[in-house]
Amino acid sequence: MGVSPAPSSGGSLDPAAAISIRGLVKRYGDFLAVDGLDLDIGQGETFALLGPNGAGKTTTVEICEGYRSRDGGEVRVLGEDPARTDRRWKSQIGIVLQSGAGESQLTVRELVRAHASYYPEPRDPDEVLELVGLTEKAGARGRMLSGGQRRRLDVALGIVGRPALLFLDEPTTGFDPEARRQFWSLIRSLRELGTTILLTTHYLDEAEALADRVAVIARGRLMEVAVPSALGGRESAPVVVTWTEDGVRRHEATATPTAFVAQLAERFAGEIPDLNVVRPSLEDTYLRMIGEAS
Amino acid sequence: MTAQARSPEQVRLPSLSAVYRVRAGVEIKEFFRQREAVVFTLLFPVLLLVALGAGLNYRIGSGVSFPQYFMAGVITAGIVGASLQNLAISIAGERSDGTLKHLAGTPLPKNAYFVGKVAQVLAVTVVTLVLLLAAGLVIFRIDLPSGGQWLTFAWVAILGAAACTLLGIVVSTLARNSRSASATVTPIALALEFISGVFIPFDRFPHWVQVVASIFPVRWLAQGLRSVFLPHALVSREPAGSWELGRVALVLLAWCVVGLLLAVRTFRWQDRDAG
Repeated sequence: MGVSPAPSSGGSLDPAAAISIRGLVKRYGDFLAVDGLDLDIGQGETFALLGPNGAGKTTTVEICEGYRSRDGGEVRVLGEDPARTDRRWKSQIGIVLQSGAGESQLTVRELVRAHASYYPEPRDPDEVLELVGLTEKAGARGRMLSGGQRRRLDVALGIVGRPALLFLDEPTTGFDPEARRQFWSLIRSLRELGTTILLTTHYLDEAEALADRVAVIARGRLMEVAVPSALGGRESAPVVVTWTEDGVRRHEATATPTAFVAQLAERFAGEIPDLNVVRPSLEDTYLRMIGEAS
Repeated sequence: MTAQARSPEQVRLPSLSAVYRVRAGVEIKEFFRQREAVVFTLLFPVLLLVALGAGLNYRIGSGVSFPQYFMAGVITAGIVGASLQNLAISIAGERSDGTLKHLAGTPLPKNAYFVGKVAQVLAVTVVTLVLLLAAGLVIFRIDLPSGGQWLTFAWVAILGAAACTLLGIVVSTLARNSRSASATVTPIALALEFISGVFIPFDRFPHWVQVVASIFPVRWLAQGLRSVFLPHALVSREPAGSWELGRVALVLLAWCVVGLLLAVRTFRWQDRDAG
């Protein structure tokens, strides 16, 4: 497995990282889409990029994928500059674009098989269909799929080449809750196989469930990089304990929730009525951070 | 085998010929499974032949029936439809819906994409020609080419299709997106066909129209095909008083070279208005 989180910092590129970015700048006309971004993503890490629309997530990801040029800074992806890459480099990358993989008259199985043939060591196409839950739709034309099924096909096309590094740009948009859970377990199994994964998402529960670390981007700048439980000082933030006493809803913010609940338990000599212990959710923290940025 | 990064020496990319075969299969299926494209591209020239062949009665002279005269024109329209129109519209569509962007992120070599398109054009052209010759033979009892004319037919059709294929790739970049592609491409193709003598005998156009038409490959494709389908007596109605097969070959080849250079320089993997 070998997850080795590389600390993000200024200075020179990290040669051991799967993705290393220093001082990345991208402009569209007068608009500064990415404004001096530094980031390191370790080999085997699952890394989530969070941020509001227009924060620069897709621009950053598409620069790493080799689709867009940059106006400043240094980028290394699997040891190479994505602005100058070749077929060998691309054969180690899997990409699920936000815009999807396009329309087709081919069946799902034909599409996955065709894509497998572009790669040196592809996965078995039928196994990939099983992994993404499209086995029953294998004979359906690509353009006849529902939105969620089409997204799963995009994911199938992204992983059939057995990538060492997988980019997922808002992969679960249009998924129902069950499909999202299935997708999460697929991502976890890819992680077990050592795949490095860079994920952008709007779903904070998704980032929390999957990512070893998350980064929050707002206005083209990196706000913070942390493990999901520690983002924005969540782990040391006061915990809110609520319970019912004498028919009244009570709450208390405390830095030592265990001791506090123990006290309450003593007071009630048993079950505490309607006990609830809540840490600030990733969503609370995230919304506070992007609120501060704007 | 885990998905750890492999060193470049360990990576053995699939052979080009294998990838070419896959892309040819993909492109041929993409075309023949799309009903509108099949009807429009394959059946339109046949309908044109049947409708105009039965309805029009230009006096051509030298005992040549109008359907016999029109074969060269309608085959030109068929080749232009299979190559220039079909390709420009389908590439613009694939650029708009993200197919091209997605392919650009895979290790598929770019030339394999074009090889697949050429295979598609060849397949569509062959089917179109067979349908048109069969319809002309059965309905209008036209005289098929004989002997060495088949050879002329083959090289004119192949060079013409190649030139129009490359032109189609260039024209696809003129369309902003897939919705505007058909509206951009169809008038260009029809105008080129019209001034090149596809629907109306070329010698009925004023001199300046003939000069403008001579810049483009469609005129030379149509003239080369007339040499195959018309008796030698009609050569006097050509502007130069000759079939000019040497010039036909030269202009079509020149268009292949120019088209290739333009195609390589102008080709885009994403819509112009994509961010």
